[in-house]
Amino acid sequence: MTDTLKTLGYPSLDELKSTPGYPGEDIQKKGPVAIIECIEEIPCNPCETSCPAGAIKVGDPITNLPRLIANKCRGCGRCVAACPGLAIYIKDYTYSAEKALITFPYEYFPLPQKGDRVIAVNRRGKPVCEGEIMEVKLLGSYNKTPLVSMAYPREFFEEVVSIKRLEGEG
Amino acid sequence: MIKTEIAVIGGGPAGLCAAIEGTKAGAKVLVIDENSKPGGQLFKQIHKFFGSREHQAGVRGFQIGEKLLEQSRELEIEVWLNSEVCGLDSDKNLWVVRDKKESIKVIAERVIIATGAVENSIYFPGWDLPGVMGAGAAQTMININRVLPGKKVLMVGSGNVGVIVSYQLLQAGAEVVAVVDAAPKLGGYGVHTAKVCRAGVPFYTSHTILKAWGSECVEGAVIVRLDNSWNPVTGSEKFLDVDTICIATGLTPLSELAWMAGCKFEFIPELGGHVPLHDRFMETTVSGIYVAGDISGIEEASTAMDEGRIAGVNAAASLGYIDDDKRKKMTEKLWKRLNSLRCGPFGEKRKSSKDRLLTFRGEA
Amino acid sequence: MLRVENHVVLGKIQRGRKVTIIVDGEKVEVFEGEMIAAALMASGKKVFRYTKKHGKPRGVYCGIGRCTDCIMTVNGIPNVRTCITPVEDGMVIKTQRGLGEWRSDTGDD
Ligand SMILES: Cc1cc2nc3c(=O)[nH]c(=O)nc-3n(C[C@H](O)[C@H](O)[C@H](O)COP(=O)(O)OP(=O)(O)OC[C@H]3O[C@@H](n4cnc5c(N)ncnc54)[C@H](O)[C@@H]3O)c2cc1C
Ligand code: SF4
Ligand code: SF4
Ligand code: FES
Repeated sequence: MTDTLKTLGYPSLDELKSTPGYPGEDIQKKGPVAIIECIEEIPCNPCETSCPAGAIKVGDPITNLPRLIANKCRGCGRCVAACPGLAIYIKDYTYSAEKALITFPYEYFPLPQKGDRVIAVNRRGKPVCEGEIMEVKLLGSYNKTPLVSMAYPREFFEEVVSIKRLEGEG
Repeated sequence: MIKTEIAVIGGGPAGLCAAIEGTKAGAKVLVIDENSKPGGQLFKQIHKFFGSREHQAGVRGFQIGEKLLEQSRELEIEVWLNSEVCGLDSDKNLWVVRDKKESIKVIAERVIIATGAVENSIYFPGWDLPGVMGAGAAQTMININRVLPGKKVLMVGSGNVGVIVSYQLLQAGAEVVAVVDAAPKLGGYGVHTAKVCRAGVPFYTSHTILKAWGSECVEGAVIVRLDNSWNPVTGSEKFLDVDTICIATGLTPLSELAWMAGCKFEFIPELGGHVPLHDRFMETTVSGIYVAGDISGIEEASTAMDEGRIAGVNAAASLGYIDDDKRKKMTEKLWKRLNSLRCGPFGEKRKSSKDRLLTFRGEA
Repeated sequence: MLRVENHVVLGKIQRGRKVTIIVDGEKVEVFEGEMIAAALMASGKKVFRYTKKHGKPRGVYCGIGRCTDCIMTVNGIPNVRTCITPVEDGMVIKTQRGLGEWRSDTGDD
């Protein structure tokens, strides 16, 4: 068992897998699904209240860990933008024969553009592989948290969580 | 000389909410703040707040600030800006200096002190070089003044302020070279550290800053590992190429005015140091003087706002603007909301410290 | 570039018109309404004063008017907290040595 959240700053897979927000491998590989990396009991529940499908349960007290009810999740991404901790993303293993798709919150300028080739990183911010930006979305309801979708090789499915920040000004 | 029913000292989230509740109840309220704009620390908090809908979760700090200002304008609350309260006595006489020149006495029937907190300093060789600054100062620079204090930053302290400001420095275009914390565990919420971590920022626990280096301003820093007894381990020194060092080692309640007025204090390290004793209605040991927000124990903006509301409701009630039944109901509702923020492994400590404060008044 | 021109959350910077201040005898273009300390930082200046006893450099520390580390001589008036004082066109600002000196004329020496 390796616990890294409180020493290195990021949650290890072991830590994640012991929480009710992190879906099991079978579910993750079935199709688009929300993956919640929120493993401490903090007073917070916008993930629950933002989900139109009732797929996330926090309940009372609001310090309960968010629980994902995977079969209700439609992969719509609302919880991704609503989570103040930027702790949720959506992954789709079935995106194409070789590629998976991740949709993650990205609050930095400059934003990547559709078609950009970027460097995909892991939870420590270390480069893992190349990815291609498929969409950048910013709705009013996201309250200034843009969502970025990136296709990347399936073999790095679980490892990749974001991209290396781009150089330059907004 | 000016008379008012309720004088609120400090126009941060706590003070504004206190003023809004007091005014809504019908009392005449005067808010006094030393800055040129009200809002306290709220406008530099550009992240989305936690909590539930009733705590405005998902709304960013500065957006909450704008809402409070709008509400204050609608209620036509009188706000004195550029006005520093320099003295307060137990008879609730305030000595105010306006625009650094004009000295005015304000006589209030109730006073709510909501002066907030100051950032703690730590001392190491070079701590006073230009380029070493409070994390909150860096936050003010980037988010309010829109200027980067430097390009390469070392953050000392991994509590929520340290990690939030690290993230905001990245958002403003700086590089955060490292976050160090003397404790063996990181202090801030894991979701905050995780987002800073995946931006490639390394965290060092059991590490502290040994010295800042530079002739006219910071040109580098040396960090060192600490052993189990918090002593530096020789040979573990690491040189970091940085031009800015941010200190995020906690906050201390800004409580001079409460001392002057004769309020009794208790030393509670979990709440930031000496804290004025108060009851469930936020009233101190001096009748008619209330506290709210960071001065009554360091927490966060969401709790500051609800404490402010409690103080506002109860100050107005004690003047006869709210009947006892309604006052109790409103207070209990706010307490429930507060307590929902004060649970879980992070909130529990604050709650038990706050409860300890209440026991001194025989009220737990 | 030290000014945060565009920001993902805060949007484009909004500022006043360009004005000129004189810092230790040199003209510097800044924006009306911004704090002196911010304007100086944006121009790359970090040392705002030297202490009285040991002549050690000081700069911005608290950024909110509490610590007095950032004090300078502004229009001949010493000990002005630059982090909470906005710039005005033509302001004459000087790195302060020690307690500074009052001057009735605001010119350079
Ligand atoms: C620099 C700084 C940055 C922070 N950043 C964060 C953050 O990012 N996230 C977070 O969760 N928490 C942060 N905090 C914690 C923060 O204190 C709370 O979130 C919240 O702002 C507390 O509200 P308050 O109303 O008690 O105090 P404040 O917001 O500090 O408001 C107090 C007001 O009173 C004024 N005042 C004080 N003394 C006098 C006087 N004698 N006369 C007149 N006016 C006076 C002050 O200038 C200020 O405007 C920060 C604190 C500081 C000091
Ligand atoms: S992706 Fe949509 S459906 Fe799935 S949990 Fe999030 S909000 Fe609910
Ligand atoms: S909204 Fe995000 S941070 Fe809050 S409980 Fe849900 S997953 Fe955790
Ligand atoms: S930096 Fe502290 S008063 Fe200006």
